[in-house]
Amino acid sequence: MRRPPGRRTGQEEPSPHAEAREIVFDFLEGYNLWEAFWTTVQLTVASAVGSLIWGTLLAAMRVGPVPLMRGFGTAYVNIVRNIPLTVIILFTSLGLNQTFRVTLGSSNFDTTNFRLATLGMIVYTSAFVCEALRSGINTVPVGQAEAARALGLNFTQVLTLVVLPQAFRSVVGPLANVLIALTKNTTVAAAIGVTEAALLMKKMIENEAQLLLISAVFGFGFLCLTLPTGLILGWVSKKVAVKR
Amino acid sequence: MSSVLYDAQGPKAKRRNVVISVLFVVVLAAVLWWMYDQLDKKGQLEWVLWKPFVHGEAWSTYLWPGLLNTLKAAALSMVIALPLGAFLGIARLSDHAWVRVPAGVVVEFFRAIPVLVLMIFGLAMFSEYTNISTDDRPLYAVVTGLVLYNSSVLAEIVRAGILSLPRGQAEAASAIGLRKNQVMRFILLPQAVTAMLPAIVSQLVVIVKDTALGGAVLTFPDLMASVSSMSSYYGANTIASFTVVALIYIVINFSLTTFASWLERRLRQAKKSTGAVVGADTVVELSTPGEHMEGPK
Repeated sequence: MRRPPGRRTGQEEPSPHAEAREIVFDFLEGYNLWEAFWTTVQLTVASAVGSLIWGTLLAAMRVGPVPLMRGFGTAYVNIVRNIPLTVIILFTSLGLNQTFRVTLGSSNFDTTNFRLATLGMIVYTSAFVCEALRSGINTVPVGQAEAARALGLNFTQVLTLVVLPQAFRSVVGPLANVLIALTKNTTVAAAIGVTEAALLMKKMIENEAQLLLISAVFGFGFLCLTLPTGLILGWVSKKVAVKR
Repeated sequence: MSSVLYDAQGPKAKRRNVVISVLFVVVLAAVLWWMYDQLDKKGQLEWVLWKPFVHGEAWSTYLWPGLLNTLKAAALSMVIALPLGAFLGIARLSDHAWVRVPAGVVVEFFRAIPVLVLMIFGLAMFSEYTNISTDDRPLYAVVTGLVLYNSSVLAEIVRAGILSLPRGQAEAASAIGLRKNQVMRFILLPQAVTAMLPAIVSQLVVIVKDTALGGAVLTFPDLMASVSSMSSYYGANTIASFTVVALIYIVINFSLTTFASWLERRLRQAKKSTGAVVGADTVVELSTPGEHMEGPK
């Protein structure tokens, strides 16, 4: 700052607002907000893809005809859902990494932590994905499948032509909720030092004075991530839902 | 067993199930054996590392005080968040837009923000603007974060509870001449409280799990934080400590979940009430921003 704020000297200062803005957002200097939020987004996407795959497998086990697999699916969901995500994420770092030297194929400290956090997030979120999918399948009335069988459709046809199309449509809403919860949960990765938004916020609050402003900026950032997801996917889920 | 996906099974399908079961057991056993082998190689199964948990010392020094702090934070958050949530939830149902809209904004805002961000904010607030001692600050911060977040979720649970009642209840109450606030106080709320009990209990599970954030990030001496103190004191028994702590969380939360679904079942079957209930599994849905509410069922 060359000039104290608020002093207006006429011509050589075209926009006093620009300067005021500069002073107010001075604290952002030296911090990479975009990168932190980008890490949050990356964590979210990577974990979402992973937990969708593992969660679908679990759901297939839970609704399948093999009692043993059903038991495994149920046990997995009940155990994982009841452990705090924090415990799981910290375990990936202190347990897997420091005790077993698991690095998930990276030599870089930051990348390792990112991958470990993603792994933890997948383990945890897939239990919720599994429950969302299962509840989606359960909304399809048994009569639908019975009618399809009565028409002479075989197993594959019943599944692909009648049951799954209806299940997919009713699963959008529950999966959207899981995705939003996951987005918020990525902040837990801060516990093992992944430099995502929450960790940057903590650092900035410790070093800068503008507590309220920093919090507002990060609050707004998360609002921008979660609210549109909620609104858009909420709209989509209503649009595609099967009216019963 | 028949379900929407497959019919009751004949002899052929049953044979196939047996084959798949055997294969599954073999794979599962191989994975478990591999895990056991890894644990054994790293010496994590040594009796020395597990001994403190069998004898009382680890419990009285680390686990029990940590667990008490976890439960204290969770109970405080629930007790403070419940009335706030009820207030916000009822405000959101108000006929006056100047009450309804601000309440809606508050609820949507705090549901959209991660609870860790709220806790970090709380911690900084307390150190900046109050003279609460450094030792107490983490507890205050954890409770503040949890209250801000959970009162919004509970507001939605309360709203869902009231909306789940048959419309005839409010209509009949108005018909016999009760005012709006009497309808709410005497007719809707008492029934809604019963209807939302399962959801409240399962939100308690979420609160207990979220307190662990305080232990990991805010130096709150809870059950989670006891892991690192134990593994440094008892000589790198990280795996053992994690196992015991995770088991404690599972036992607490599993009993709460079971209790919630028992309550739900009981309420659904109850002859006396309207059968309205906010299910235990709706809390995932109610804890995220956006409109999910359905009308009375």
